[in-house]
Amino acid sequence: MLTVNMNVNGKPTSGEIENRTLLVQFLRENLRLTGTHVGCDTSQCGACVVHVNGVSVKSCTILAAQADGTEIITIEGLANNGELHPMQQAFMDNHGLQCGFCTPGMVMSAVDIVNRNGSDVDEPTVRKELEGNICRCTGYHNIVKAVQAGAKNMGG
Amino acid sequence: MAENGVGVSVRRKEDSRFLIGKGNYTDDINLAGQTHAVFVRSPHAHATINSIDTSDAAASDGVIAIFTGDDLAADGIGPLICGVTVTSDDGDPHRAPVHSALAQGKVNYVGDHVAIVIAETLAQARDASEKVEVDYGVLPAVTETSRAADDGQQQIHDIAPNNVCFNWPFGDKTAVDAAFEGAHKVSTLELLNNRMVTNPMEPRAAIAEYNSGTEEITLHLTTQNPHVHRLVLSAFNQLAPEHKLRVVGPDVGGGFGAKIFVYAEELVVGWACRKVNRPVKWTADRTEAFLSDAHGRDHVSTAEMAIDENGKFLALRVYTKANLGAYLSTFSTMVPSYLYAFLLAGQYTTPLIYSEVKAVFTNTSPVDASRGAGRPEATFLLERLVDVCATDLGLDPAEIRRRNFIPVEAFPYQTPVVQCYDSGDYEAALDKALALADYEGFPVRAEEAKSRGKRRGIGLSSYVEACGIAPSAAVGQLGAGVGLWESAQVRFNPTGNVQVFTGTHSHGQGHETTFAQLVTEQLGVPFEDIEVIHGDTAKTQFGMGTYGSRSLAVGGVAIAKACEKLIVKGKKIAAHALEAAEGDIEFADGNYTVAGTDKAMSIGEVAFNAYVPHSYPEDLEPGFDENAFFDPLNFSFPAGTHICEVEVDLETGEVEIVKYSAVDDFGKLINPMIVEGQVHGGIVHGIGQALLEGCRYDSDGQLITASYMDYAMPRADDVPNFDVDYAPTNPPHNPLGVKGCGEAGAIGAPPAVINAITNALNIKHIDMPATPENVWRAAQSAV
Repeated sequence: MLTVNMNVNGKPTSGEIENRTLLVQFLRENLRLTGTHVGCDTSQCGACVVHVNGVSVKSCTILAAQADGTEIITIEGLANNGELHPMQQAFMDNHGLQCGFCTPGMVMSAVDIVNRNGSDVDEPTVRKELEGNICRCTGYHNIVKAVQAGAKNMGG
Repeated sequence: MAENGVGVSVRRKEDSRFLIGKGNYTDDINLAGQTHAVFVRSPHAHATINSIDTSDAAASDGVIAIFTGDDLAADGIGPLICGVTVTSDDGDPHRAPVHSALAQGKVNYVGDHVAIVIAETLAQARDASEKVEVDYGVLPAVTETSRAADDGQQQIHDIAPNNVCFNWPFGDKTAVDAAFEGAHKVSTLELLNNRMVTNPMEPRAAIAEYNSGTEEITLHLTTQNPHVHRLVLSAFNQLAPEHKLRVVGPDVGGGFGAKIFVYAEELVVGWACRKVNRPVKWTADRTEAFLSDAHGRDHVSTAEMAIDENGKFLALRVYTKANLGAYLSTFSTMVPSYLYAFLLAGQYTTPLIYSEVKAVFTNTSPVDASRGAGRPEATFLLERLVDVCATDLGLDPAEIRRRNFIPVEAFPYQTPVVQCYDSGDYEAALDKALALADYEGFPVRAEEAKSRGKRRGIGLSSYVEACGIAPSAAVGQLGAGVGLWESAQVRFNPTGNVQVFTGTHSHGQGHETTFAQLVTEQLGVPFEDIEVIHGDTAKTQFGMGTYGSRSLAVGGVAIAKACEKLIVKGKKIAAHALEAAEGDIEFADGNYTVAGTDKAMSIGEVAFNAYVPHSYPEDLEPGFDENAFFDPLNFSFPAGTHICEVEVDLETGEVEIVKYSAVDDFGKLINPMIVEGQVHGGIVHGIGQALLEGCRYDSDGQLITASYMDYAMPRADDVPNFDVDYAPTNPPHNPLGVKGCGEAGAIGAPPAVINAITNALNIKHIDMPATPENVWRAAQSAV
């Protein structure tokens, strides 16, 4: 067992965990932040994407111990005082989600894509960058539209 | 039209919770005192179980209990069932091997369930599961659909000689054979329909709790149909009496058919919570999902079309072998039979059709419905064969379709394969699609691509499907064990807001929005004052759930009928309150008025009067809450033409979809934004089948595509944007004028994509998935 400390969605947290605990398990089971999902076991689907120190990370792929001392933002921490983040709003406005299971990871990845590529990120770049997030419902058409719309709103 | 009513692309209600991480999926549920379960699964495709030694595992840290098939049997827990009977050509029902939820004596596929290990933590359960020692006697495996019924193959079930579940001929073979004898031309095609893993993004999960005070089991599940689960688990598996079993399908992360069925894990977890008297939680990891979710498709077929000198289809003859896997999943038998052979007329007037389906057992995961279920298999076969016919006759693919379409004036149209299509205008959809795709401009684009060393191809698919799965009388005649109506309850609260209870289940389709639009349109209550509730047997009355694109076409009508009952009752209440004759009361836009006067009261005020009936008609019950059921007279028949344009790189075999145009007939659209999203998703499911997805077992029965590293799901950079339009017709038997839309894309897309590739390479056929390797090989042989 070991103790980890991290700042999650602006709040300092700590927990006693088994060494083998993954970050996503710590978030879901210790902190009961169940917005971050697990859709696979090979780091392919991206449902578990969170931000670690401002960068998107598949939280099924790192140990909670590796995230000790970091700042984490999950989907629950993206909205600001009840107001949706521009990317969340863009997903709603563009019907960029259906069953909602891949959505938290999609949105967290999308914010990171815009952070790295700017608010006028083009469609081929969005499609290429979303390669690590799988959605079975939407056919991606509206997700891509949402990311580009969200990018504009984030930039503005 | 009401604000946010019918026809408006209203933003979805459910998004508010999904976008902030407040969805409530089964694995998000945690109960006080919960334990964690891991299933011990067979590593062999086919083996006897000689012994199971759980002693080491039982002594492992944190282990609470380990159960095997003998424990289930000792408690009288029944085997898993198949709910649809198909009569084989020998007059006997299909062969149904016993399917114990935990194997007894023998395992029949990799992933088959052998034991459940329950421990304090998931890690402890996993550790202990690896200490369960099973002595297997390994047997040869049968995996190939085409060879499973051959003489000399290993027998899987004693009850099924030659591994045949059923052999099901349908149609007048003598007449069909005669038509072939006299035909001007016969076109033939051998093809397979590749096995798919359905892959909703949320893996299956279950958490069960037993209340020893009420003797009730509550089972939260990844289900598309909670009441069907409860019925089967009660009536056939003896888990608990129906009134002592509550099944909840909370937020469910996609279904596409895979979450219709009653699975072993669900029954065992439900049973085990009572044994250990603590909540038991199980969630599949993705590998388990690949191994043990019911798979889809997996047909091998020969198809022949007899054609006259004018290019008219005279007769169709089809022989299909369909793989059902190791056991019969809940609705498996109806997929390659009724949902397949009854669609073989397609959009055409082909007068004579004969099909013969041989369904076989193999040592693979059970196969059952997956988005489209039978209809994609029929459509792929037919729409590919039609293109072969066009080539054989030197006709344009659009022209041969046009010559054979059922004309618009012929509806309702009785096909030779049971279905009576109620409405459609296939030529209108084709014309619109040809324009949308700029079909005429294709040769110029093809030349331009050639100048860059690429090959362009264009492919059509004119599909029709039968969904809105319902008419109880029809499915009953076909051997289904259930009726397929739908229920609704629309309840006003005293303060005037409305709760709508539906027997359907939403797992991505947006019912909470679409159904609220129906209600705001009809009752005039503000959209934000309407809440749609589904998925909990303790909240909603019996309903059949969601599959086969049935929710709006069947469940939506039940809601409309309940609303109508409220309007009628409200007239009596308003007449009393407004001191007028009931016949003088009119209802519009949420208000009751006395005709020709300015006397009025809102439906909210009527609801309040119904709950506070101080001054109220003496002969009327209080309350403002109505139930309705709807059992339609026919299926729903969406149809359309999809056109795919591809560019093939001859050097790499890579296929790029450069343009995809879809024109569909879904009748009236309630929320066009949601419908379009369903179309997009369906098309990509179909593109996945056509280009990427192929589930493969090796000859030992090991699943070699058991992860997203090995099984290629469509990703954002594999697919284009889509041009979507509609050519609606009015289905006369549907009071809302709607048709189903959830599966159309997955049905229409695969042949459109493959027809485009065969067109680009000038080849007769290429099997799915048309991976770069397969396309490259085909291109080499074509050059």
